[in-house]
Amino acid sequence: MSNWIDIAALEDIPPRGARVVKTRLGCVAVFRTGDDRVFAIDDACPHKKGPLSEGIVHGNAVTCPLHNWVIDLETGMAQGADEGRVNTYEIRVEQGRILLDGARLLARSAA
Amino acid sequence: MAQKLVVIGAGMASGRMLEELFAIDAGAYDVTLFGAEPRGNYNRIMLSPVLAGEKEYGEIITHDADWYRDNGVDCRFGEPVVKIDRKAKQVVSPGGVTPYDKLVIATGSASFFIPVQGNDLPGVVGFRDLDDVEAMLKVAGKPDGQAVVIGGGLLGLEAAAALKQQGMDVTVLHLMGHLMERQLDPAAGYLLQKELEGRGINIVCKAHTQAILGKEHVEAVLLEDGQVFGADLVVMAAGIRPESWLAVDAGLRVERGIWVDDTMQTSDPDIYALGECVEHDEVVYGLVAPLFDMAKVLAKTLTGTVAEFKAPVVSCQLKVTGVDLFSVGDFSQGDDREEIVFRDPGRGIYKRLILKEDRIIGVVMYGDTTDAGWFFEMLKTGEDISDIRDTLIYGPAFQGGEALDPLAVVAAMPDSAEICGCNGVCKGTIVQAIHDGATDLGAIKAVTKASASCGNCTGLVEQVLASTLGDEFQVPTPSGICGCTDHSHEDIRRVIKSQALKSIPAVMQEMGWKTSCGCHICRPALNYYMIAEWPLEYADDLQSRFVNERNHANIQKDGTYSVVPRMWGGITTPQELRAIADAAEKYNVPTIHVTGGQRIDLLGIRREDLPAMWADLNSAGLVSGHAYSKGLRTVKTCVGSDHCRFGTQDSTGLGIKLEKILWGSWTPHKVKLAVSGCPRNCAEATCKDLGVICVDSGYQVSVAGAAGMELKETEALATVATEQEVIDLAVAFIQLYRESANYLDRPYKWVAKVGMDWVKQQVVEDAQNRAALCERFEISQSVYRKDPWAEQAKPEYRPRKWAALADLTLEAAE
Repeated sequence: MSNWIDIAALEDIPPRGARVVKTRLGCVAVFRTGDDRVFAIDDACPHKKGPLSEGIVHGNAVTCPLHNWVIDLETGMAQGADEGRVNTYEIRVEQGRILLDGARLLARSAA
Repeated sequence: MAQKLVVIGAGMASGRMLEELFAIDAGAYDVTLFGAEPRGNYNRIMLSPVLAGEKEYGEIITHDADWYRDNGVDCRFGEPVVKIDRKAKQVVSPGGVTPYDKLVIATGSASFFIPVQGNDLPGVVGFRDLDDVEAMLKVAGKPDGQAVVIGGGLLGLEAAAALKQQGMDVTVLHLMGHLMERQLDPAAGYLLQKELEGRGINIVCKAHTQAILGKEHVEAVLLEDGQVFGADLVVMAAGIRPESWLAVDAGLRVERGIWVDDTMQTSDPDIYALGECVEHDEVVYGLVAPLFDMAKVLAKTLTGTVAEFKAPVVSCQLKVTGVDLFSVGDFSQGDDREEIVFRDPGRGIYKRLILKEDRIIGVVMYGDTTDAGWFFEMLKTGEDISDIRDTLIYGPAFQGGEALDPLAVVAAMPDSAEICGCNGVCKGTIVQAIHDGATDLGAIKAVTKASASCGNCTGLVEQVLASTLGDEFQVPTPSGICGCTDHSHEDIRRVIKSQALKSIPAVMQEMGWKTSCGCHICRPALNYYMIAEWPLEYADDLQSRFVNERNHANIQKDGTYSVVPRMWGGITTPQELRAIADAAEKYNVPTIHVTGGQRIDLLGIRREDLPAMWADLNSAGLVSGHAYSKGLRTVKTCVGSDHCRFGTQDSTGLGIKLEKILWGSWTPHKVKLAVSGCPRNCAEATCKDLGVICVDSGYQVSVAGAAGMELKETEALATVATEQEVIDLAVAFIQLYRESANYLDRPYKWVAKVGMDWVKQQVVEDAQNRAALCERFEISQSVYRKDPWAEQAKPEYRPRKWAALADLTLEAAE
């Protein structure tokens, strides 16, 4: 069951940028690409837990600020020779508002 | 007896639906048509040409009085329906109640008025109907009228172009980074902006409107950054909003628009809806093609045929005379997607096909849309293009042919064209040298000096070699700065300068970037080159900055930051130390470290504490030490003649002067200076990027040292007699480095490439050039010599940048 939570306006995130949403499971990084798509992934690189929300966003990928791992925002998979993945969360934009699916985030935290 | 059909809204969707309905069964219904506007259906898409004066209202009418009479439609124009009574199956309007058997809601959409103060002033209009156009034309008729269009999408740009044609002074304010961001990628957006600016339309992107100003009538628009644009007219084109309140009041299911199923039925089986007011399968439509599809489906539904509306692929074209632009489908990037990009900067042509599994899924075209229909057709049919992929981008007319010669441009240059600016070598000289036996780069350098100085023209010289020698010369494989481009740093800097490219998308477009928005390697480099080349015009792009420079602090391995306040020349005071100690306690700083650059590093600061900590440090007079930047870091000093028994000059004072002049500047890589008061060199000046050793007779200035991954002693630049001369040399050297070094080359690497002789000639020997370098540095510093902490600590930055977007830790589980 989805549980769409209105978290912010699209324009609260700069294009090719990210902001974080605090959850009981840790921070989730919400990205806005140059073409206004949004993605939500865990804000911790699979390599050394670098804050992905602070990386440079290009295409639909982000480069981790600590050691330049490139993470695909759509799949959460590390690109190139690096191996690893981060959790991704359902997210969408409606009428300029960003909606995050809180089902997993809230359900797991309640458990 | 025919059933009673009531239609609310006399726009294009309902007009088309009625046409379809009467064609199927003219007698099926007695139709009553309500319209809020005092006129029948006209072609709203053509309002832009009416506004531009290219068409008149009469030409865009689609259904005239005769048509309604002939089809027996009871027209109630100018009479808005105010209520739907579902129980009694009737609608309420000023003229009374009208019963229905079936009801169709086609109320369309309204302009979204951005929620700012003053949005209800007279002179602020939407752009939806003829009344809006007439209101605009009334203002446009006044001499020297100023118009501000809020919104740089399809509608806003059409309005802007039309108002410009009417003689108004037009400014477009667009919230996003490039125009028409829903339909265009940044490269095409850039070309469009260039074209519209060429027509005299002022365009401001990333414009956050704060308020619309005026007393009795609109007078100006104020942006959040303080810019003000005078306005006799403000056009709201920031989006549309489905007109669904009638349905909401009636208790129908309404999402973003009135919810309909595939047959256009709402949640009430006797009520249907179509057009811009509905939401189908979570999509709201604003372009006409899908609305006409809906009209067809609804006409069939109403006459008892089964029909289903399927979400169509929607293409878009801008109706601005002389602008060719087409976009359709999905043009975002993805791992499973590939792109074919064609750019012809000279003619302003850009074509981009987005492929997925050998099929076209998106098309963006600018400048030449001749083949748009062909691509669109292939997109719709999902044709496999793998066989024609090599030539696909050239369109259907392409019948094979020879590959383009990449050297054609160089070959076409006249012999008098200058290739090497440093040494004044023109193409003819190089060609002559080649004929005389100089057949590689080294030989050309030796014989002609071309590319022997700054090296920026190396690529060009190689191309002259290649075009002259043909197959005998193999151009070395281009070493692009990253996977996005084959161009070298030198090429990029040269083109930015020669073609006056003033934005990152402009460089990517003109130089044929292979990705749509670069990567973490090229974007910071381009951002630096923009800052260095166009300090007054270019706005720093924070999203193209590495985290440290974006957050003005150094990120540590655990995601915390370190904060280093500036200590001018390594001098501090009890107050400053007290403020640092207070901040360290207040923010629970776990580690305090004294750096090699003579200042104090506070480590382990949480990101959210940064702005408050900066504000505290600022109030004690401390500013950012830029310990995180590719820019001026420190000027290390010894105590010099003030205290030291060996000191020959005031090394501390000179160090502080240098730091006050240089701080805040951005450079290709970090820059560290030192001033030692005597040759004992306690400040370790001889391994810095620029070091000064004071002697009795004056100052020895040396440059290009290193004490990092490599260890290298500085090389002498000059010995001078006065502090002012030292300062001029230092500023000129750093400006030369800023203007010609590759991004991420420290000065010692750059000097090794361009040669110390050239640097001396530019900075020391040519006094006029030295003065010019200093002047350009000062121009740049008029923008950048400021404390970024003070800026970022301002309260308005906190919610937008430093706070979390949302906090779900308190949210209850379902």
